[in-house]
Amino acid sequence: MIACARLSILTPDLRLSKLDMKFFYGKFSPNPRDTDALNMYGWHGKIARIDLTQRSWRVEVPDIGILKKFIGGRGLAGFYIRTSITLEWNHPQMPLLLFTGPLVNTRSPTSGRMTMMSRSPLTGTVGDASVGGSFGFQLKKAGFDGIIVSGKSSQLCGIEITDNDIRIVDASPLEGREVGAVNSLLKYKGATAVIGPAAENGVLFSSIIVDGHYAAGRNGIGLSFAAKNIKYITAKGTHKTNVFDPAALSSAKEDVFRLVAASPVLLGKFGISRYGTGALYDLMDARRMMPTDNFQKTRFDRALKMNAYAFKKQYAPKKTGCRGCHILCKKTAGHRASMPEFETMSHFSALLGNADIHTVVNANRICNDMGMDTISAASTLACFSEIMQRKLAPEEIVSLLTDIGKKQGVGAQLGRGAVKYAISCGRPELAMAVKGLELPAYDPRGAYGMALAYAVSSRGGCHLRAYPVSHEILRKPVATDRFSFSEKARMIKIGEDVNAVADSLTACKFIFFAASLEEYARIYAAVTGIKTSAQDLFTVGDRICYNERMMNAANGFTEKDDDLPSRFFSMAGDQNSGIRIGPIDRDAFLTARSNYYMARKLNKSGMPVSAVARNLGLGPIEKISDVSNHRK
Amino acid sequence: MFQTTENKMIRSGLVEPDALLMGSLDAHLEWNKPCDNIFELEMLFNRLNINALIFSQPAEPYRSIIDYLAEASNGTITPNDCETRTFIHDLPVAFELSPDAVVPLLKKRKCVIVPGHGIITYGTVGLEQAYVTFSSVCFACFVKFFVDFLFLTRKRQADQKLGQVFVRVVQALDPPVSFNGSLTKGPFKSKKHIYEAIQEAGRLVVEHRLVDSYFGNISFSDGQTLYISQTGSSLDQLKDAIDPCPLNGSSCVPITASSELPTHLKIVQHAGSRAILHGHPKFSVILSMDCDLENCGCRDKCHVKCPHERFVRGIPIVSGEVGSGPSALCNTVPKAIGEHQGVIVYGHGVFTAGNTDFNRPFKHLIQIENDCRAEYFNRLRLYSK
Repeated sequence: MIACARLSILTPDLRLSKLDMKFFYGKFSPNPRDTDALNMYGWHGKIARIDLTQRSWRVEVPDIGILKKFIGGRGLAGFYIRTSITLEWNHPQMPLLLFTGPLVNTRSPTSGRMTMMSRSPLTGTVGDASVGGSFGFQLKKAGFDGIIVSGKSSQLCGIEITDNDIRIVDASPLEGREVGAVNSLLKYKGATAVIGPAAENGVLFSSIIVDGHYAAGRNGIGLSFAAKNIKYITAKGTHKTNVFDPAALSSAKEDVFRLVAASPVLLGKFGISRYGTGALYDLMDARRMMPTDNFQKTRFDRALKMNAYAFKKQYAPKKTGCRGCHILCKKTAGHRASMPEFETMSHFSALLGNADIHTVVNANRICNDMGMDTISAASTLACFSEIMQRKLAPEEIVSLLTDIGKKQGVGAQLGRGAVKYAISCGRPELAMAVKGLELPAYDPRGAYGMALAYAVSSRGGCHLRAYPVSHEILRKPVATDRFSFSEKARMIKIGEDVNAVADSLTACKFIFFAASLEEYARIYAAVTGIKTSAQDLFTVGDRICYNERMMNAANGFTEKDDDLPSRFFSMAGDQNSGIRIGPIDRDAFLTARSNYYMARKLNKSGMPVSAVARNLGLGPIEKISDVSNHRK
Repeated sequence: MFQTTENKMIRSGLVEPDALLMGSLDAHLEWNKPCDNIFELEMLFNRLNINALIFSQPAEPYRSIIDYLAEASNGTITPNDCETRTFIHDLPVAFELSPDAVVPLLKKRKCVIVPGHGIITYGTVGLEQAYVTFSSVCFACFVKFFVDFLFLTRKRQADQKLGQVFVRVVQALDPPVSFNGSLTKGPFKSKKHIYEAIQEAGRLVVEHRLVDSYFGNISFSDGQTLYISQTGSSLDQLKDAIDPCPLNGSSCVPITASSELPTHLKIVQHAGSRAILHGHPKFSVILSMDCDLENCGCRDKCHVKCPHERFVRGIPIVSGEVGSGPSALCNTVPKAIGEHQGVIVYGHGVFTAGNTDFNRPFKHLIQIENDCRAEYFNRLRLYSK
């Protein structure tokens, strides 16, 4: 069956023209069950497997036991990618997975998120990104818990998902188009997930932008789209998600709302609902842990002029947020342009020594339009700046970002990320990254739990796996000593478990500044009808994290990769303003890392143990495919 | 590691020195002392994803109160005070001290009461969290016991056993608070003096048991900046736990300020007060929950929208929840405080305010609590007739 459609797209000079776009699906073979109601609660019980090489798709009905063991989102995507994880990231059979969770498309608080996963083109680790917006909601409404895309399209394509239907369409006219322009064209098709020119040009830290604003930013997951010749995926539907006990859901939801209302970080006068995540900027300055000049310093002396208040005064941003969220931490200004998030604000100011607020906004816009992760982009520029031994002028920051996205000039080298660039310059020590992923905007010398969490994170330099900022900085659920490794190993392990569950339900990690798995276990039970508890969910989180450790181990990651750049052990941060930020004690760090391995039930070298894997229901440990595989 | 928590718990009258058992698990499990129950408690660490645990008989009068409430319960104690409703929800009871009885309950809640044995609480981010929950359980049960007793006495439904427990509990109460001294007098000349004054007031509030360490907050405004205790801070340990909040909103540093920051700010704006104390003195909380209106249409909504003007000995009682939102206490307290000595928030605590230093708000906090305590026993006598 061949169908045709006409689509208006923006030409390079921004005038409208009409182009024919042909569907080229050939062997569509939807399973007869795909339109059947499976009478499940929470899940639809339907996962679409799309083969771009064969141009076919089918529905897979997951076993309920698998759903209970991995829930959805990051957990379920991790389950499905495991058998392929030793393939190269750009191997046609390396799957790309987009998964929602059982809470998505229900009245559960902050349930609009989803996970996008593949093997990271940037790092070689398991590569996932949790992303907000409305894509997860619409994918679920279209009748799917997730999609698994394998194969490779022969030409640039789009995947359009509607009620129990999936079409693969020609997107070659959109080649090289920026995200904003493509998103504008596709809006009527529902939620959008789009890559920009950066991914098409092979930038290793390419992102996927959902609904024009929400970035699946880390790990270079955008390049996984490009590897399959996917320019965009859209989703729209009308299905409802069955809820087992709506009254119990309402009751648990009320408890969560009460906790959120009591949270200064979320709904407080200076919280992220009012100021966006940029509200954290002043705090990082006050705690003297704002990464400055490529992490050479921990205080930016012009921070007060670059804070969320300054952005608010300058741009008068408006509130918006993900589907199903009442916190609304996303801020837009002008023509619904995204305002920079905290990490972007910090890295495009302090990390680069830039005090021009408009450059931060411009940099954010370019990264979004090109489809690049702002953290990795800024960190790579900071590395470049230090290697070149000169500060980058505001206009240079902007032009370099454009060069990276277009793969031109030195941008072609910088587009490989800080680690590969620093190695190519003979200065590997100047890449501030863990496992190849550039570090975000919390200096680990100012929060030792964060230091450990960065080091052991299964996706590299990521603050969100364990998120100890919650207790070390934001004092929730109680404050812990940020300059101590004492008790931190198990805290980090537990934090990772909690966030793995949050990413799988799915719910926003921010709400866990106020609520806990105690409340979300009730929500999960109310939605799915599965009797559970907070501690039962911890076990699921443990399983998800262990599964990721196993996948990384299979790709040759060892304890050598669970480490921080040497700078943090040798160089002090700010010393002059009442709070001394010293270098991290190497021995104390290594002890904490060993303690983490024990808490996580890994062996002394941080490698997974067969008996533990078996107990968690994860099956045998894969052989290590190629010790140097991840470094390719 | 254990000493700080142990000192706090003993100092605040929550436990007796020898009763307290604390475990902490990082790579290895450590206990503060040997104990007969160690093996069974170690099994809790094996079966739960936790890193800290406290097990102790509470000190009197909490012990008698909690044992009574637990034995009279059907497996769950449901206090109605604000802290419990918001943060703990309800308190599960296990009727034997064994891992099989306790673990299923701890899988769902951070605490379990085992009558005759004590309270078990845990933390996932350390002992401090277990301590806070332990303290909250004691506070919630204390308030519930006295509220229930007054209610049942009015209804003439208090039985003999309850009466006997009540007598024992009253005998174990701390004496009414008294304070004849003086706090540092204002006006304060510098930021340093303001910080010192806040720390002094916080320490005295805790020493006089007008709050447990985690229940309360304190601020002082110098006209440009409001200095306020951080969220989750112990009022007797405020060094490095005070946030400066610029009144023009030019910095988000106070994102870690107390969740009652909006109320403090509005009191400054509405009443012009500069020194503000907020504590959870028990009898003030208890009396705020005593209402003799029959058939009130808002009976289950007292904490968010009590439609009646209520006073105890001239002090207004208002509704309102923690933090922000349309039913938050920042919408009720600042309007009510006016010329009064303070305001009591239903099931929650007391706000007092002064103009130049913490002398007036501290003395009013004591006065209100002592008045409420006296009024409680007055009402008891009245209802008993």
